[in-house]
Amino acid sequence: MRGRRLWAWLALILGMIYFALPLIGTLEFSLRMRRGEYSLDAYRVILSDPHFHATFGFSVLMALGTIVLGVLLVVPTAYWVRLRLPRWRPVIEFLTLLPLVIPPIVVVFGYIRLYNTSSWLPLTGSVGGTNLLLLFGYTVLALPYMYRAVDTGLRSLDVATLTEAAQSLGAGWITILWRVILPNVLVAILSGAFLTFAIVIGEFVLAALLNRPAFGPFMQLIGANRAYEPAALAVIAFAITWLCMGLIQLVTRFQKHTQIRQR
Amino acid sequence: MAFLEISSLQKDFGSARVVTDFDLAVAQGEFVSFLGPSGCGKTTVLRMVAGFETPTSGTIHIDGQDVVSFKPNQRNIGMVFQSYALFPNLTVAQNVAFGLRVAGRPKAEIQATVREMLALIKLEALGARYPFQLSGGQQQRVALARALAVKPKVLLLDEPLSALDAKIRVSLREEIRAIQQQLGITTIFVTHDQEEALSISDRIVVMHNGRADQVGTPFEIYNHPATRFVASFVGSINVLNGILLEPERGIVALLGDVQVHLGRPLAGRQNDEVTLALRPESVTLGGNGGGVQLKGQVESVNFLGSVIRLSVRVGGNLMLLDGFNQPSSPPPKVGETVQVSFGAEDLMVPGE
Ligand SMILES: Nc1ncnc2c1ncn2[C@@H]1O[C@H](COP(=O)(O)OP(=O)(O)OP(=O)(O)O)[C@@H](O)[C@H]1O
Ligand SMILES: [Mg+2]
Repeated sequence: MRGRRLWAWLALILGMIYFALPLIGTLEFSLRMRRGEYSLDAYRVILSDPHFHATFGFSVLMALGTIVLGVLLVVPTAYWVRLRLPRWRPVIEFLTLLPLVIPPIVVVFGYIRLYNTSSWLPLTGSVGGTNLLLLFGYTVLALPYMYRAVDTGLRSLDVATLTEAAQSLGAGWITILWRVILPNVLVAILSGAFLTFAIVIGEFVLAALLNRPAFGPFMQLIGANRAYEPAALAVIAFAITWLCMGLIQLVTRFQKHTQIRQR
Repeated sequence: MAFLEISSLQKDFGSARVVTDFDLAVAQGEFVSFLGPSGCGKTTVLRMVAGFETPTSGTIHIDGQDVVSFKPNQRNIGMVFQSYALFPNLTVAQNVAFGLRVAGRPKAEIQATVREMLALIKLEALGARYPFQLSGGQQQRVALARALAVKPKVLLLDEPLSALDAKIRVSLREEIRAIQQQLGITTIFVTHDQEEALSISDRIVVMHNGRADQVGTPFEIYNHPATRFVASFVGSINVLNGILLEPERGIVALLGDVQVHLGRPLAGRQNDEVTLALRPESVTLGGNGGGVQLKGQVESVNFLGSVIRLSVRVGGNLMLLDGFNQPSSPPPKVGETVQVSFGAEDLMVPGE
């Protein structure tokens, strides 16, 4: 019993070292821009770089757009599947998992082939069109997380009976989705949204190959050309991801409250 | 035409016929219960009235209008579910207001109606609570208020009390009945609890295998069951098999050799088998319960409070009899031989 416990601790400590050491190293390195002392110079340089502002802003906008599009796509679908097509659930679930299996590079090459300037729908021919394509691509990447989150949220609701109750009170589909379903899966949507945000902010392949000024390619550029700034950027990116994770935790705790509510 | 009229209603799920030849006419303001065992099609009929299922054939008229082609949200029907189905994200007051808000009623009217409804269910003080902060009984009352707020033409309740415990069940069913009478709303109440149906209904529809076996007042259903199923499903009953000796004079041989004069002509021919039914409360311990006197052995004694139920083996049959509890005369013991008696006129012939 005692021995087993010892091994468990050992494994835990090894794991923590494995994860934490590179991070601590990166953090330490990012503070050493000024010779001989620790300083925040690298961060100052990054944060005052206009490209940082432009690319980060672009990616944030993209992330918000992805979240909105994802919600519009996923909530009605997951609802309808639960309500009317329960037999199709495994199929839909499999479909939403595909983005995890198909590499983004395949997706983006598919897009470029399908929508290039000599195709029937030349989306890549204009900035707006390319942005739209990028948005669609991000929505696809976020689909597994968004769908799972919303579907889990719906599971804790008696979707069929609530729908019938609302119908008998005169509500149509839009009203049911907007006033009954959406508010009750909001917490699930939020946790899906934070994941989506974290994914989009760090995404590189789609943005680079579609040649859009996103945060991912900017990080890559900095990484290839500077010494200390990439480390600072990595720490910033980590902080953003962790903030998202923290917010998910916060929101999940909030969800416990709503789950009691449904009893 | 009655206010709610269902004619020749039929429903198939795939190859299974779940509702067959269902006819019912409900007057305005009437309280009708659907009573029947699990799976007999009560919910299915109710859902067809509400519009959640489409009949395979037949018509449903509400207030003179054929509603079969109407969507559920166009029928103006109030629905109360077994699981309450309150919207978890809305407060009690917002739940009650839901239908009115969907209908786009003015704010002042909504507020007034909500207040009126909460007063009706005696929950004025709890308007700001969320459903999870209410007991089951309170939640179901809110669900009732929510359904009534839109002033529906018909109120449908599908086993609204099944999820509650026994005490609340009794008080809430009386409250539902009182509110129904106060508002004069046409109501269909589904239950598989016969006591519930008998105690609060104007009329009862006893359903069996997708058919309405009998439609009648609680008194008729209990005392003049139309079929053997109704006789055995509603209340406890003794079923006695006999041979018809003289159909015109109503003479039957019971338990082999006991001749019983029912005093009214019976359908059938001489030597036909007949099934007679007898309520336990029609049988008396001792010799002065009526003209038919039998001897038997006590098999069990159940003390139910105000009533004591004995089962007595008479010939090959087990016979139930109910007597009132009397502190001065304790019931017989198991194994004792006792005399039982009943009046021949209390024998019921299901379907007569
Ligand atoms: N959607 C459906 N598809 C197939 N069969 C169904 C469906 N809904 C109900 N049934 C069948 O129809 C029959 C009647 O069901 P219904 O729910 O009306 O019974 P019920 O009288 O309400 O029973 P309970 O008292 O258990 O609620 C059952 O045999 C049931 O299996
Ligand atoms: Mg039912």
